[in-house]
Amino acid sequence: MFDGRDPVYLQIADQIRQDVLSGALAAEEQVMSTTQYATTFRINPATAAKAFAQLVDEGVLYKRRGVGMFVAPGARERLVADARESFFADTVDPVADAARVLGIDVEDVVARLRTRAASEPAAPVTAPPATPAAPEEGSR
Amino acid sequence: MTATTAGWGVELQGVTQRFGDVVALDDVSLTVRPGTITGLLGRNGSGKSTLGSLLAAFRRPTAGRVLVDGEEPWENERVVPGVCFVRESGDVLDDFSIKDNLAYVSGARPTFSHELAGELLDLFELDPKRKPGKFSRGKKSAFGIVLGLASRAPLTILDEVHLGLDAPSRYAFYDALLADYAAHPRTIVLSSHLIGEIERLVEDVVVLDRGRVLVAQDAETLRAEGVSVTGPAAAVEAFVAGREVLATQRLGGTTQATVRGGVAEGDVRRARQDGLELGPVPLQDLFVHLTDPQRATHVGGAR
Repeated sequence: MFDGRDPVYLQIADQIRQDVLSGALAAEEQVMSTTQYATTFRINPATAAKAFAQLVDEGVLYKRRGVGMFVAPGARERLVADARESFFADTVDPVADAARVLGIDVEDVVARLRTRAASEPAAPVTAPPATPAAPEEGSR
Repeated sequence: MTATTAGWGVELQGVTQRFGDVVALDDVSLTVRPGTITGLLGRNGSGKSTLGSLLAAFRRPTAGRVLVDGEEPWENERVVPGVCFVRESGDVLDDFSIKDNLAYVSGARPTFSHELAGELLDLFELDPKRKPGKFSRGKKSAFGIVLGLASRAPLTILDEVHLGLDAPSRYAFYDALLADYAAHPRTIVLSSHLIGEIERLVEDVVVLDRGRVLVAQDAETLRAEGVSVTGPAAAVEAFVAGREVLATQRLGGTTQATVRGGVAEGDVRRARQDGLELGPVPLQDLFVHLTDPQRATHVGGAR
């Protein structure tokens, strides 16, 4: 866990963003404390705090004084919007580049995408829900 | 329960410690930020334990100033009870039971927690009725950890306390350290040769080499400084040209170079275009490269 080239705090921030994006962490849901992060992943608490600070700056998390960190309302919608913006540059373009190197016709790639999209009707990242989910008090 | 302070900072100003002809610390100036877990790394004989002895007022430096929480610790009634230096050699009363040892230590440490001591004795399966003199190496180390953590001193120096501990016990130690540090923030200086195991625990790193400070910075930045570049030999050579290359390995037409200095966003794009793979360098490898005696002449005036 957390052994990539990026600093650990960036990897933690990225993981939380992914969890919010996928819906694993809902709006108004509490995230693990810095202490829980530190002891779960055996990292310095300041490293986790740095990740949280970045996510607060981005508006993904917000702090309830004396209680902890929570997912900000609308965080998922914002992350989806950001991810859509970078999707073509980060995900599609490398596929086109790789296809060119391998001599794969772009029409074959498109056909594959169509087949794949048709076979996975319940793909996890679809359009965002109209309103953020209400806090569920009973879940914790 | 009394809350401890957020931890004491340390400052060394031009500190030299000589033992006869041996210079253990050579004009060392460094800062340990209060409230951090700072990793103190260095090869055997690099001066780590001497540094600990000075902070704990076990000795006075030959020259220079040692400041703990702004004051010189030597014969300082306020500072000394707040500095806990746990050496691998123990410093416990070998012929008295653990229970008596705890009573003795807690009398000298205003911040001592009997509750934590009890939990840690259970964790390391230490019987309070037994005497440390008969312990194995591992059990002696475990008891040192119990005293070091339960003292909750505003400055705690744990010097090679993992010696003889098996892997599960070491991980239990790291977990206990992080949990208690998070609940009771304080300054902890942790020295270990198991760099791979402690690199994520520490916020700052000080590397001593033959009595001098080689590196003193935050761990994240230090780790980001080391990058491995792997790919076709010619492309790797072009990429690392003009950079500080710490090591190079070749296998067939593939070269892997370890460079210091980090990479910018543009470098990452360029590496990808050139078919190069950029990877992390474990802090331990960086440490080995930096303290390699063969390198010393190249480092020169670099600090």
